[in-house]
Amino acid sequence: MSTHAPKGVGHLRGDEPFPAAAKVALANPQLRRNLQHATTTIRGKSGRVIAELPDWQELRSAGSALKAYTMANLPRLLEQLEERVTAAGGVVHWAADATEANRIVTDLVRQTGEQRVIKVKSMATQEIGLNEALEDAGITPVETDLAELIVQLGHDKPSHILVPAIHRNRSEIREIFLREMPGVDPELTDNPPDLAGAARRYLRETFLSTKVAVSGANFGIAETGTLAVVESEGNGRMCLTLPDTLITVMGIEKVVPAWQDLEVFLQLLPRASTGERMNPYTSMWTGVTPGDGPQSFHLVLLDNGRTAVLADEVGRQALHCIRCSACLNVCPVYERTGGHAYGSVYPGPIGAVLSPQLTGVEDNASLPYASSLCGACFDACPVKIDIPSILVHLRNQAPHPRSEKAAMAAAAYTMDRPKLYERAQRAAKLSKLLGKRGRGLPPPLNGWAASRDLPEPPAESFRDWWRGR
Amino acid sequence: MRIALFATCLADTMFPAAAKATVQLLERLGHEVVFPPEQTCCGQMHVNTGYQKEALPLVRRYVRTFEPCDVVVAPSGSCVGSIRHQHATVARQAGQEGLASRAEAVASRTYELSELLIDVLKIEDVGAYYPHRVTYHPTCHSLRVLRVGDRPLRLLRQVRGLDLVELPQAEQCCGFGGTFSVKNADTSTAMLADKMRHVLDTGADVCTAGDASCLMHIGGGLSRLRTGVKTVHLAEILASTEATA
Repeated sequence: MSTHAPKGVGHLRGDEPFPAAAKVALANPQLRRNLQHATTTIRGKSGRVIAELPDWQELRSAGSALKAYTMANLPRLLEQLEERVTAAGGVVHWAADATEANRIVTDLVRQTGEQRVIKVKSMATQEIGLNEALEDAGITPVETDLAELIVQLGHDKPSHILVPAIHRNRSEIREIFLREMPGVDPELTDNPPDLAGAARRYLRETFLSTKVAVSGANFGIAETGTLAVVESEGNGRMCLTLPDTLITVMGIEKVVPAWQDLEVFLQLLPRASTGERMNPYTSMWTGVTPGDGPQSFHLVLLDNGRTAVLADEVGRQALHCIRCSACLNVCPVYERTGGHAYGSVYPGPIGAVLSPQLTGVEDNASLPYASSLCGACFDACPVKIDIPSILVHLRNQAPHPRSEKAAMAAAAYTMDRPKLYERAQRAAKLSKLLGKRGRGLPPPLNGWAASRDLPEPPAESFRDWWRGR
Repeated sequence: MRIALFATCLADTMFPAAAKATVQLLERLGHEVVFPPEQTCCGQMHVNTGYQKEALPLVRRYVRTFEPCDVVVAPSGSCVGSIRHQHATVARQAGQEGLASRAEAVASRTYELSELLIDVLKIEDVGAYYPHRVTYHPTCHSLRVLRVGDRPLRLLRQVRGLDLVELPQAEQCCGFGGTFSVKNADTSTAMLADKMRHVLDTGADVCTAGDASCLMHIGGGLSRLRTGVKTVHLAEILASTEATA
């Protein structure tokens, strides 16, 4: 029995529909400027390093095929992963949803007797709201990725999969650090190296004095039981090697069949995401190694709606996502609204197809419509997820407003009857009565006329002209 | 060649000049154009708004209407994109496998105007004359669904008197997206604002494209701001001659 991600826990549902949230974001000039600058920079960088690879399209196809194979064999691969992790000294836990995963992690931390955990940047733990669950249990989670730290200290939410503080500029970051960072130098400037230095001093002490770490995983290799995290700052390496206990929360779709498959994904991911040829830090571990690294390792396999996504033949492609965020960076909608408008930790085009499937479309009904279907995301996706087709597929499942339903049915009825269609065409000329250039249109069509003139209806339709020639 | 015209509901009703120009251009090039009157709409608006069931009769209508034709042309990258990439899916989802294969067959003979001219009729210089400064917006579905590439530009470069200026960030969507423009009017407008800025930066007096829908959107914005820049369908430019200019 497959179920959706439960309500009341985690961050997959927004407080208001996308159009309303977007309207607020669009009116924020600082946000618009930050986003435009950041997405343009990443697009350029990524485009240049992708162009260096003559076999980029073949790599995309290989990545897509590997993911399709994985989804078709998911139960077997997950059991194999469990067996190998267990054999290597790890403990595997299965979490049906966010609530269960939070409980498992909280209990594991409690058993260590520790009051503080360090965290590696992880979408899965953001998705389930693990930080809030830990805080409720009196445990302090410290985000160690620089951007996640900025978000956490700012009591803010991430707005991008890869660059969670993309909506902040350096002067805003300086203010957050001055206000919130323990022991910060009051003379701190907004010079990026100074900001990074301040975070480094704060984090270094935390790394050395914290005994439990929580991470996500980019890949879990079924063949060997190896987990992999790729990152840019080295904070992940610290978290994965220094503490006594490591707890990894991994979405079940992150399993890959074999070690060799990383050859494909480790070429695709950095070029598509950060625009780097290879990512600076790739950490891999298999269970527990005596005398080296954490001596206690727990892997929490998270469903939280993924099995429901897998059941949809069209929609399941969304599970192929490797969280590179290339689709966000090329999306003309995301570039203007930013991530918070999507109301989920997964924003942008992939979020618009993933969030509604994890929660059930009715809980995120506006997201499949948060796209002009321009197709830039499909072209950019390193594993060729056909996001526009999934969007259209989900729109077909979404609840529709009653007035729209009636209008669409009437339009289809008319279009399927040429005589009636012709009469409607002639009536279109009467649309002048609705007011000059469409300004008297009823909602929701008045949205058009707020910024655009409607064309003057022509004197005769094409078919009238054709008939008369 | 005998070519069937699918005028598209939007051009038929609101922008007949684009469909007329398609007829005039093809006839000038020595071809016979037919217009099956049973045609109406490809159903894309229904499919893309989430009404596949309602779109099914329109898919069936398109297939029945154009099944007897060897070659079909439409002055719209978006409608041809829907015909080629959505019709069979809509039929298949409704369990109509027979209709799906027929739709695929008709779709394979349906061309967007620049595809027809370059790939089928093998012509780049259509003998047009259009003495204006023109910029070309490549429209998302022509670009990324049909992959028409530089075909429209190759046609425009051969037009006498035409000063073709490159549109900055041409590949970015204008923000139309069908019902997206009303469901997400604010975001759509923000996208349109940038598109208009780029059009105005070129100093062109005409913005052209292969889709009346995107042009309706860009043109609606340019008109609202009284920019004095107009939008003209690619077919109208290619149909223009010294005699009509």
